[in-house]
Amino acid sequence: MRAQPQPTATDCLSRRAFLGRTSLGLGAASLASLLSGGSSPALAGNSSVGIAPAIGGLPHFAPRAKRVIFLCMAGGPSHFETFDPKPGLAAMHGRPIPESFTAGQPIAQLQGQKLVCQAPLFNFRKWGESGLEITEELPEIGGVADHLCIVRSLHTDQINHDPAHTVMNTGTSISGRPSMGSWILYGLGSEADNYPGFVVSTSTSKDGRNPQPIATRQWHSGFLPSRYQGVAFSSHGDPVHYLSSPAGVTRQQQQELIGAVQKLDGLRNQALANPEVDTRIAQYEMAFRMQTSVPELMDIADEPQHVLDLYGAKGADGSFAYNCLLARRMAERGVRFIQLYHRDWDHHNDLAKFFRICARDCDRPTAGLIRDLNQRGMLDDTLIVWGGEFGRTPMAQTNKGGVGRDHHMRAFSMFLAGGGIRGGMTYGATDEIGYHAVENRVHVNDLHATLLHQLGIDHKRLVYRYQGRDFRLTDVTGEVVRPILA
Amino acid sequence: MTLRGLATLGALLACGTHSVLAADAGGAPIQFQRDIRPLLSNHCYQCHGPDQETREADLRLDTREGLFGETASGSPAIAPGKPADSEVLRRITAEHADERMPPAAANKPLSDGQIDLLRRWVEQGADYHEHWSYAAPVRAEPPAAGTGESPHPVDRFIRARLASEGLEPAPPADPVTLARRLALDLTGLPPPPATVARYAADPSAANYAALVDELLASPHFGERLAIYWLDLVRYADSCGYHSDVERPIWPYRDYVINAFSSNLPFDQFTREQLAGDLLPDPTLAQRIASGYNRLNKTTEEGGAQEGEYLAKSAADRVRTTAGVWLAATLGCAECHDHKFDPYTTRDFYSFAAFFADVQDQGVYKAANHDPVVLLPSAEQSARLAELTARRQELDSQLATLDAADAETRKSLESELKDLKKEQTQFEASIPRSMVSVSVPPRETRILPRGNWLDASGELVEPRLPGFLPAAAGDSAPAAETARLTRLDLANWLTAPEHPLTARVFVNRLWKLYFGAGLAKNLDDFGAQGELPSHPELLDWLAVEFRESGWNVKQIVRLLVTSATYQQASVPTPEQLRRDPQNRLLARQARWRLDAEMVRDQALAASGLLVRTIGGPSVKPYQPEGYWEFLNFPKRTWKPDSGDAQHRRGLYTHWQRTFLHPSLLAFDAPSREECTAERAPSNTPKSALALLNDPSFVECARALAARLLREAPGDDRSRIAWAWRECTSRDPHDDELGVLGELLAHNRERYAADADAATSLAQVGETRWPDDLPAPELAAWTAVARAILNVHECVARN
Repeated sequence: MRAQPQPTATDCLSRRAFLGRTSLGLGAASLASLLSGGSSPALAGNSSVGIAPAIGGLPHFAPRAKRVIFLCMAGGPSHFETFDPKPGLAAMHGRPIPESFTAGQPIAQLQGQKLVCQAPLFNFRKWGESGLEITEELPEIGGVADHLCIVRSLHTDQINHDPAHTVMNTGTSISGRPSMGSWILYGLGSEADNYPGFVVSTSTSKDGRNPQPIATRQWHSGFLPSRYQGVAFSSHGDPVHYLSSPAGVTRQQQQELIGAVQKLDGLRNQALANPEVDTRIAQYEMAFRMQTSVPELMDIADEPQHVLDLYGAKGADGSFAYNCLLARRMAERGVRFIQLYHRDWDHHNDLAKFFRICARDCDRPTAGLIRDLNQRGMLDDTLIVWGGEFGRTPMAQTNKGGVGRDHHMRAFSMFLAGGGIRGGMTYGATDEIGYHAVENRVHVNDLHATLLHQLGIDHKRLVYRYQGRDFRLTDVTGEVVRPILA
Repeated sequence: MTLRGLATLGALLACGTHSVLAADAGGAPIQFQRDIRPLLSNHCYQCHGPDQETREADLRLDTREGLFGETASGSPAIAPGKPADSEVLRRITAEHADERMPPAAANKPLSDGQIDLLRRWVEQGADYHEHWSYAAPVRAEPPAAGTGESPHPVDRFIRARLASEGLEPAPPADPVTLARRLALDLTGLPPPPATVARYAADPSAANYAALVDELLASPHFGERLAIYWLDLVRYADSCGYHSDVERPIWPYRDYVINAFSSNLPFDQFTREQLAGDLLPDPTLAQRIASGYNRLNKTTEEGGAQEGEYLAKSAADRVRTTAGVWLAATLGCAECHDHKFDPYTTRDFYSFAAFFADVQDQGVYKAANHDPVVLLPSAEQSARLAELTARRQELDSQLATLDAADAETRKSLESELKDLKKEQTQFEASIPRSMVSVSVPPRETRILPRGNWLDASGELVEPRLPGFLPAAAGDSAPAAETARLTRLDLANWLTAPEHPLTARVFVNRLWKLYFGAGLAKNLDDFGAQGELPSHPELLDWLAVEFRESGWNVKQIVRLLVTSATYQQASVPTPEQLRRDPQNRLLARQARWRLDAEMVRDQALAASGLLVRTIGGPSVKPYQPEGYWEFLNFPKRTWKPDSGDAQHRRGLYTHWQRTFLHPSLLAFDAPSREECTAERAPSNTPKSALALLNDPSFVECARALAARLLREAPGDDRSRIAWAWRECTSRDPHDDELGVLGELLAHNRERYAADADAATSLAQVGETRWPDDLPAPELAAWTAVARAILNVHECVARN
């Protein structure tokens, strides 16, 4: 159903098999696909390489980052209580918000309510040599301020969680499009031996407010071949679905059984030379290796106490701290795109209380990850992104308990660190009450363009033909935010 | 996308090879439809195509007038026979970057080969045709068959083309492969070994025809086609957004199965889904069918805005309906006129307006999915009647009660209150299905850039895309002045002169039986879609389909009785070289089965398969904790037990945001959007699922137990028996050797560790037979697991 001007997954195995590992351009790869019958949706044919890139010619230019760790604060942290100090809002506290801000604007849970300004609930202070202004409630993140580039002028298209997450991950709210991790894997492949190239982990606070549902759509490969889908690591049972051999089957037995399957497939394929079957044989190999490699990855027994302390990790408990530590371990093993969700940032009521719960669970691990990567010399080529799917209203929400804030799409803050991003700076600004991003506005598509740029990808040239059109992660917009690049 | 997929003409030319479908680099005549329009569309339409908003220099190259008319420079865009006078040629070869087209910024440069193609087209007189799929199909006489050649119309088209390319068709497939292919294609289930043996013993044409008839009459025929249709219409058991709560609409799934099994004419099938509720005195089935209009994603998210989600639903219905019946990417016209096809933004919203009368909510609340129809069982109906009768009785007693009798009144009223409560609770337990109910239509406006908050756009009424032929005769709307309805839309889609519906559907049927569509892009019959490999055949089939009374089984029978269908699928080196993508059909295709059918194979071979048709969706084993991140409310997946645990894959509860991992591993779509073709993958995830998912392990154990009971003879003949159950064919010696060795090692191991054997034998909820020793059962389970994991077991060849 899709014509493809560029060779895709189809060609990986064949391209590698036919042309070795040289990075050949479009034409050569197409040719290989034709020669091979082009029917193999291959993962790496070469068993020592995680996932081969689907297309030639990438990276387009020298990358500054090799990998991305995206820390998704699901629910939408308030910019007023994190990274965007607003004395102007404090001055308006308790007063109705001027209509000039809200006229014609979408409203979520405050539909039909009185819209009253709510002063920021926490104090800010200046952190580090750079003096970045960050809330006092995130002291560990404050402690790494000199690594951070805080963007205060993000804005998005969607005011509800589910579609806003979809925008944050795919660049549009229409479902069926590939997530950014899938795009990146499609373009760059992964160097991870024995691991998926795109991994997602999710954590929940024990006592947080209404944890967000996180749909598998958020790491789906959309119209890209499904080998580019993210793999969700679970904190219960098997970290990857069906990773353990059945009860009563030893590792050796499983290995022999897989060997038998491979032999049987191989025998049959001698006459057929179907590249799809060759690929399948390699996949069984990879599956078997994952049965060992993934549990090893998840087992943090070899981490010294001071490293655990850096993250505040208490063990393999599925917490955000544990996941951040795992993220570093994945980064070391060549995983290309790592996404960690924490589900409890939707603070419609009792914001101060619930914020502090999130801060308790996310502040130290975030900073620990940055510090740990930095110590290991990996921060330079690891791009860290921290933020929610949208921000929160300058207006109070009081219909559900103590003071909280509603969903807000016209402005929010995120930070980036490492991966060739300038540390110790802020970029962009909101208006005096933090309603609209007004200066150096950064749309989610711009964020994506920047992210791809750091990986050496021109976002306008990472395209995939689907339903007759070349699609991009950034759709038809997106500008690289150059002033924040180191 | 098919991974047999062929690069587009552009990429082919760019890399110096050429498609068997395209004009030769030599002097072969250039065909506008095949060679030129795709090139103009891909490289030029973005700025010189249908979209008025972005049209540059007032030049459009997607119409005859534009192509041959005068440009701003004074010369015609294209001067037939005169390359030097053609402005287009001048600009695409201009030296200066300012003049050169396409501009560098468009990132769509033309290759030398493409430029040459355009020049030769102009030299040859620049022939021009309207887009192939927008004119009604005309039945051409199939090319004559030579002496001794198949007289089957499909073969006459296919073989004439092969002959002209100098390619030989493959020999017929062996009868075992053929019997298996047919069973898998028509029912999704493997053939019983006895059926294969019977056919292999006498593979005459008559026996083949009888086998086809038997499979067409199978109640599983509808299940197989439903798997495909449910992807198109994005059927699922959950609402899709945020909380992704369960929705009652499985009876629609059963309607689809039944429609295909009972061979409901496709035009009626179309009418019932789009407008079942608008038919005179609709039957229950027709009302259930109208649930089609309710299959879109919906939300219950707190803070979601009614208007926003009504707009999302409207757009969703347009995208899907256009995808299902028109193979049109009409969704592109939500924010701007279509870039490649003549659909305008007005067309998009006018199409949306057809559905504006469907009773709907932007934001649903607490599991209220109204409107629904209740589907009580006979027992439930009886109980309902009882409750109603008793209520009426109480009502009339109360009405005639003496005013003074307060005591009795109180008692009766109390009983009545309890009764009402009971009835409400009882009704909640009755199965139901979401349906369409027509209400006064919501206002539909053109939304500027798709922005639902912008009410400045013009109001629109239902209207059919202007560039396509209007419905006439019996299909025409009843009154010209009345607002068009969904029924008018359905009648238009199935009107004899409609250029798309029949072509789109037969092309998809072709895909199901040959691995790829005649028109490769199953979801795009527009300018960006590839021209059909055999346009006359596609049209012949489309006309045949329509004239047969939209008889689906007749077309399926026609396709599978062709010699082309019955060919071997083993490619020769010559075929791989000449036609790697098999666009010319000199052989059959080979592919891995769809996710649901992968499950079905294991269940069928194991004997665990419960062949019931229809009913509520079921929950096979699923990894614990997979639903951990669902919320509002929190839910846990409770696996079904008994018969419900061993149903075909298509009955698996379809949770859009957390689709069952085994289905996901084999590329089943989440069904959030219309899917005309699944993108097959080949990953460790599918290997792990097939190896370790308890459903497959349980099947292996059950197959082993069957073997120990049913298969006679020594180990070797027992292995051969199991192999036949799974692949339909006899194993070769080397295959027997591999499995014999595996058996021996596992016997050794389980003889030494009976506890391990017992553990393996206990996977799944079915009890292993006590009379079978666990070590022997476990050792054979290993053999069965190996066979179930073999590619051939989950492949159609």
